[in-house]
Amino acid sequence: MIKRIALSTAAVSALVAGPALATDITLGVLNDQSGVYADLSGQGSVVAAQMAVADFDAAGKGINVNIISADHQNKPDIASNIARQWYDQDGVDAILDVPTSSTALAVADVTAEFGKVFINSGAATSDLTRANCQPTTIHWTYDTAALANGTGKAVTEAGGDTWFFLTADYAFGHALERDTTAVVEASGGEVLGSVAHPFPGTDFSSFLLQAQASGAKVIGLANAGADTVNSIKQASEFGIVQGGQKLAGLLLFINNVHSLGAQTAQGLQMTTAFYWDMNDDTRAFSERFKEEMGSPPSMVQAGVYAGTLHYLKAVEAVGSDDAEAIVATMKEMKTDDPLFGEGYIRKDGRVIHDMYLMEVKSPEESTGEWDLLKEVATISGEDAFLPMEDGGCAFALAD
Amino acid sequence: MFELLGIPPQVLLGQLLIGLINGSFYAVLSLGLAVIFGLLNIINFAHGAQYMMGAFVAWMLLSYGGIGYWPALFLAPVIVGVIGIALERVLIARLYKLDHLYGLLLTFGLALIIQGLFRNYYGVSGLPYQIPSALQGGQNLGFMFLPNYRGWVIVASVIVCFGTWFMIEKTRLGANLRAATENPELVGAFGVNVPRMITLTYGFGVALAAFAGVLAAPIYSVNPNMGADLIIVVFAVVVIGGMGSIMGSILTGFGLGVIEGLTRVFYPEGSAVVIFVIMAIVLMIKPEGLFGKSA
Amino acid sequence: MSTNENTKTATPAMHRSVGMPGHMKIIFVVLLAVLIALPFMVYPVFAMKVMCFALFACAFNLLLGFGGLLSFGHAAYFGMASYVCAHAAKVWGLTPELAILAGTVTAALLGLLIGSLAIRRQGIYFAMVTLAFAQMVYFFALQAEFTGGEDGIQTVPRNDLLGLFPMGDDIVFYFFVLFITFGGILFIYRITHSPFGQVLKAIRENEPRAISLGYHVNRYKLTVFVLSATFAGLAGATKSQVFHLASLTDVHWSMSGEVVLMTLLGGMGTVLGPIVGAVIVVTMQNYLAYLGAWVTVIQGVIFVIGVLMFREGIIGVLSKIFKKPL
Repeated sequence: MIKRIALSTAAVSALVAGPALATDITLGVLNDQSGVYADLSGQGSVVAAQMAVADFDAAGKGINVNIISADHQNKPDIASNIARQWYDQDGVDAILDVPTSSTALAVADVTAEFGKVFINSGAATSDLTRANCQPTTIHWTYDTAALANGTGKAVTEAGGDTWFFLTADYAFGHALERDTTAVVEASGGEVLGSVAHPFPGTDFSSFLLQAQASGAKVIGLANAGADTVNSIKQASEFGIVQGGQKLAGLLLFINNVHSLGAQTAQGLQMTTAFYWDMNDDTRAFSERFKEEMGSPPSMVQAGVYAGTLHYLKAVEAVGSDDAEAIVATMKEMKTDDPLFGEGYIRKDGRVIHDMYLMEVKSPEESTGEWDLLKEVATISGEDAFLPMEDGGCAFALAD
Repeated sequence: MFELLGIPPQVLLGQLLIGLINGSFYAVLSLGLAVIFGLLNIINFAHGAQYMMGAFVAWMLLSYGGIGYWPALFLAPVIVGVIGIALERVLIARLYKLDHLYGLLLTFGLALIIQGLFRNYYGVSGLPYQIPSALQGGQNLGFMFLPNYRGWVIVASVIVCFGTWFMIEKTRLGANLRAATENPELVGAFGVNVPRMITLTYGFGVALAAFAGVLAAPIYSVNPNMGADLIIVVFAVVVIGGMGSIMGSILTGFGLGVIEGLTRVFYPEGSAVVIFVIMAIVLMIKPEGLFGKSA
Repeated sequence: MSTNENTKTATPAMHRSVGMPGHMKIIFVVLLAVLIALPFMVYPVFAMKVMCFALFACAFNLLLGFGGLLSFGHAAYFGMASYVCAHAAKVWGLTPELAILAGTVTAALLGLLIGSLAIRRQGIYFAMVTLAFAQMVYFFALQAEFTGGEDGIQTVPRNDLLGLFPMGDDIVFYFFVLFITFGGILFIYRITHSPFGQVLKAIRENEPRAISLGYHVNRYKLTVFVLSATFAGLAGATKSQVFHLASLTDVHWSMSGEVVLMTLLGGMGTVLGPIVGAVIVVTMQNYLAYLGAWVTVIQGVIFVIGVLMFREGIIGVLSKIFKKPL
């Protein structure tokens, strides 16, 4: 209490004394720094945010940005605790990244309670802009609906019209299966069955045999991280792909493909929001990023960069750290950055940008350690993400 | 052919075989745990971390030294075993006179340290390790496609398990070991260096874990967390088999692999919990375990 | 059970003054004073978290330190209570005290069910039975509809206390949590220093002797098991109100491991040990969060050093130095 009063008087005197335009912004990168998602978010997301601040030349524009970070260990209670403390005590203005659905939902609620800004990049659940939407949430990179639309639609239309799902037995896996099933059926395909495996799992051979026995043309992997990597590895071992069935990884990151190696993963189709080798801008950014982190950025880290950049633009336009005005400006301004290109943010907080259907290169095609994907199709943002009208976000539909 | 609960017999046969393969890992791991418990009275909670180290050492031998799978199958267990011996000498040896609880907590702490260090240096996405060329491809058994490597896993673990059993139950060395657990003073009086024997036994148990790790490297993701959840399952296997019972842990390992495999067909969500249900039932009815001698 | 009806409930030999010794009185008063000032010095939500875990560790210590029973599945009571409390507050709209009560009663019933089976086994087998059941509870939490799977139950409201007093402000809610946890810890202290606690001690020291003295040992064990589960549940239920959520973290077996760490680090069988252990572990997790994976390494090192050098725990060592039970 006392501390807070002291802080605010200091802030007032700083405002009076300092140059009229100086704005102090503290950004908090909250993600997994030690668990299964550490490689695709983790410290790399912090670096991405720092690069955005440098590229924007925030200091030159009178915005003093301070970036702090913490490990939420993929536990919602720890995430919510840190978020509260950051907003309440450390003067954090916006929280970035936050992978895994359960932690993201928790942070979204805390952010709304404090009236700050939450720019999510790492989490998959489309509920962030649907049933659990908050006016303070911006969901940048991808969601389950977009993944389903990308991979599900493309694969079904290319002739893979019978599916069998291998689903991680938790909320995210079931959401992904649900969304993909809807897309497959809408595209004229049929779902023959599914099997839910415990999460996390190590041996998938038993489930893969069931998928094989189903006779479906496509085996959809509605899981993530190490589970997906293991399923693909073991599918190749059991000769499932050679047997004529196709695998569709519904959520795969570049890091997963790298750990599989082109030999095992070749031919696999996946949907991503970003790939480092798309154009000169993405290559230039990824080169700089790689110098710092040793690997090119994942789509989650790219999303943190783009989200931070857009946020800072809005801060500049507003000229203060007024969260409500910043979010309004972010939604008003078109998004435009070197990594995601042009797009916009919908009223429900969903960022609409293009998604890409990619295929893993064969070892012969791949020219380097990270030269792993080639583009099959670009899916426009309107096609990729679920329409707002169907989303059930109450405040966005209210007026 | 008849169908069992709507599952065609071919599929069922395939699942039984898959279960047996998974059971091989349980058997080798629980055997190591049982050997250590039987002789040292230590519940080695670092077993999962040591299994992970086996896989990592195999990967390191390949990436840094260009040493392939077959030499690694021997070298990695030796290297990890030696590390285990060092840990036993420096830390674990101080706890023999104390309650089980302390050994368990110490090795639990060791597991946290080992896994944390590997996470810091190698990340968590997992590292690639290829199946050796001699074992690529597979056999069409009619009811399923059996990858050669999985067949090798069963063969290798059966050899190692029964080799260990034979050594402990049927040789002079094994007799000394068993006698030393019963009465260390007496065996020491016969001129056997009991502390050294105990140290080597721990090293051997750890090497078994590392051996399972090398076996697992080509088919499971090599990552620092690979043993973290496995350890309590293996622990349950040992309890069900009867703590300290060598044959019990081997047979229970294979058997539970099969039961878990069947659960994956009939109630896939439940496959993660079935072993604990069995453990609870066994402890209620026959607390000394299926193969344990009653106390 | 009817063969020996002249069961003694307390033994004359063990009659000692059950009042609180002077130095403990002073310690509890100082502790209370610190706790009252705490939310104005540190972040109140953090302070509440520490207190919930302190109560959890004390509950666990009641079973391990005084009952001599090592449970590997205390996350089950902590976690299930947290789920039921969150569900009661969110879906049934219960007030905080009733929601917490609902969670606590659930934990007590669960403790009765699991405890009545587990106490038939001893030592490591007892621990394994509790682990097995805790894994089943975890499985239930993962599968059941109302728990929300791995998303947990989010946005749990804090309704008005007794339907009258708004609890939205963290400082106000802090004093409610202080009342519950401090009350809980004092109650546990009373239990351990009652005739019942003395019998427990006797059973722990020499079970056959206690049986030959005519005690229904299993009845005592079950009682202390249920009490321990109940207080663990009280802590878990309160935690879900503090954080507005209940999640799988609280039922996972690593939570059972964490409470063992807290109790051992502080000193099992001491009054203040679990509290100190909880403070250290929670503070470490909170303030070292920026170190990422090093937190696990540090925790591991503490385990190893603790087991090798301070088996009595921090308070155990202090109590030796001051030659007073603490």
